[in-house]
Amino acid sequence: MNLSKSSFWGYKRENGRIGVRNHVIILPVDDLSNAAAQAVENNIKGTMALPHPYGRLQFGADLELHFRTLIGTGSNPNVAAVVVIGIEEQWTSRVVEGIKQTGKPVVGFGIELHGDHDTIMRASRAAREFMQMASELRREERPLKDLWVSTKCGESDTTSGCGANPTVGNAFDKLYPHGTTLVFGETTELTGGEHLVAARCRNEEVRKKFQFVFDRYQEVINRHKTNDLSDSQPTKGNIAGGLTTIEEKALGNIQKIGRKCLVDGVLDKAEAPTGPGLWFMDSSSAAAEMVTLCAAAGYTVHFFPTGQGNVIGNPILPVIKLCANPRTVRTMAEHIDVDVSGLLRKELSPDQAGDKLLECMFRTANGRLTAAEALGHREFVLTRLYESA
Amino acid sequence: MIHFVVHEEGDGVGVVVVEGIKSGQPLKGWIMEDDKDVAVTAKSDIPIGHKLALKDYKVGDTVIKYGVDIGKVVKPIGKGEHLHVHNVKTKRW
Repeated sequence: MNLSKSSFWGYKRENGRIGVRNHVIILPVDDLSNAAAQAVENNIKGTMALPHPYGRLQFGADLELHFRTLIGTGSNPNVAAVVVIGIEEQWTSRVVEGIKQTGKPVVGFGIELHGDHDTIMRASRAAREFMQMASELRREERPLKDLWVSTKCGESDTTSGCGANPTVGNAFDKLYPHGTTLVFGETTELTGGEHLVAARCRNEEVRKKFQFVFDRYQEVINRHKTNDLSDSQPTKGNIAGGLTTIEEKALGNIQKIGRKCLVDGVLDKAEAPTGPGLWFMDSSSAAAEMVTLCAAAGYTVHFFPTGQGNVIGNPILPVIKLCANPRTVRTMAEHIDVDVSGLLRKELSPDQAGDKLLECMFRTANGRLTAAEALGHREFVLTRLYESA
Repeated sequence: MIHFVVHEEGDGVGVVVVEGIKSGQPLKGWIMEDDKDVAVTAKSDIPIGHKLALKDYKVGDTVIKYGVDIGKVVKPIGKGEHLHVHNVKTKRW
């Protein structure tokens, strides 16, 4: 596929970023505000609440990550406008002010001294205005470089490493020279293949940063582990699918970054990249956590290869699933956007498989709903670093 | 028909890519990186996605896949047998 003149149709936001969805979200700052946020979602058709279980008594780096994730989610160009609801005014304002930096419409409401009824009424008024405003926005044609693409695999099996993940790698190799902004992560899931990623880092500075976050995460594992982690990494699903060790899983995982792209920089969790290229995000390997962090970093389309059939979606980031396992494609067809099982029958070349994924990427960016969107998968999972105070 | 795939020449395992492989069945494999054919007889029933050994292994041997170390052998494995968590373990963690 020649991508040199490729374009897609997206929504241009106030800060110049291009979104491929036009969501109006109702964003709770904390667990206590979920009920009000969901009531507003129910009142104003087309809006979407993003309930989650955290946001109270967090502190330090864990609190910073909480704010970065919420502000990043609201700031994502797939979001047209945001209504923020928190139990009290101060942290609510902090999220509102963060999102306001993008220039997009955002307003916040604190529940204390008002109660749910009054908050829901005022927030619903704002949400209705935002929804009607957003419904008038139109897509415009944009060059490929305006697309930000993230990847993370899940419920992998051995077919992931020889089929679905190399397909993402082929697509990344084709996207990379066109100034797109790409990301991968899953820090512990590189264990056994970390030297291969280190060798792909653009320069010594990036390599040092990568090695630092990799080693840090190994220390976390070694500090808390009670066995060799073979009950959770690889997962039971990975093992049922034929993956035997973390090393084998990691080597399959790394296929996602292709053969030509270099790793241009390292990001902290939910941190936005500062330019085009391939970024590594220090992150959990749990699917919904990692995809939520990608959305918060500003990515607008996601490639999710699976083997055994992870059904994940995200509220604001369209998750394109691809699979090379013929049994999964047959038994879980409603979850799979791109079937690349032909790769393992020699019916599809790696190049054709990569093109098939890119074609689906353009259709998705132009507005076609992914399987996960049509099925209502909206997993919004915040990463926690440690206990609340 | 391809029954199993091998990432690259020199790998000690193949990945079964069809359902219902039975012990005693002659299998045709495809070495993807080098586009070569290879043949092995299955010595176990092996589910889709699971691996078969392409050589005999003794305890302590290293298993190579993608040309890289993926773990250590903890029980002897014969060529054509099912290679998985019952006979191979991680060297990490």
